[in-house]
Amino acid sequence: MALDQSFVGRSYPPTEPYEVGREKIREFAEAVGDANPAYTDTEAAQALGHPDVIAPPTFVFAITFKAAGQVVADPQLGLDYSRVVHGDQKFAYNRPVRAGDRLTVTSTIETIRTMAGNDILDIRGEVHDQDGEHVVTAWTKLVARAAEEA
Amino acid sequence: MTAKISYADVEVGTELPAQTFPVTRATLVQYAGASGDFNPIHWNERFAKEVGLPDVIAHGMFTMAEAIRVVTDWVGDPGAVVEYGVRFTRPVVVPDDDKGAVIEVSGKVAAKLDDNTVRVDLTATSAGQKVLGASRAVVRLA
Repeated sequence: MALDQSFVGRSYPPTEPYEVGREKIREFAEAVGDANPAYTDTEAAQALGHPDVIAPPTFVFAITFKAAGQVVADPQLGLDYSRVVHGDQKFAYNRPVRAGDRLTVTSTIETIRTMAGNDILDIRGEVHDQDGEHVVTAWTKLVARAAEEA
Repeated sequence: MTAKISYADVEVGTELPAQTFPVTRATLVQYAGASGDFNPIHWNERFAKEVGLPDVIAHGMFTMAEAIRVVTDWVGDPGAVVEYGVRFTRPVVVPDDDKGAVIEVSGKVAAKLDDNTVRVDLTATSAGQKVLGASRAVVRLA
């Protein structure tokens, strides 16, 4: 079923702050097998000019995708999440995410399209820190495949 | 930001050191825990096959996390990444054996941009198939 175009441009309220923990960053870096010391060693991160350990570039997805859940689960939008696959993902960074950040995400529906019965939804997540500084923007394209018996 | 590669030293076509990343079922369980993505298609073969997949598949975001390592290992400072985007074109199928799958990633400088930044185009394959499309990063060099 085609999604309602009037949802384009709709923004959802900012999420509660997510506090980025250094051990969570370490856990993520280990899970992707990345031994870059900037993720685990404060001195190494500071030598690169960062105030504290930083997170790998895709770490923030866990936060923005959870925020996008507000959109996905919006009963008025009516997306069938059981048919959703992740199409594209993009990030634009103002600075890297780092330990101690308290991040909020504001999600906005950028576009809604229907192609060959598939609903395609682009969600933009603007991530800000506790001082209101923009940290990163994440764009997530979700594709809800057409139901077989439409 | 302190990249160890100088803008002046690269040109369009400069190749980044290619890398291969192994991925087993254990890798996926670990990534599920670290990322909070517990979708059973990434660890439950029965479920994956029920929804029409050939087998358990890797998280797309896992592949995306590995592919950018070709860039971050090259520049040294992961904070030098200004933009990064991919399209998930094919899944990385991970069989239940001790070998699992391998993701092969290469990259080269596609354009020199303003402010000491360059665009790197990445190619990621598994079992001979491209698994990411339009995989590009903009990175700030020294």
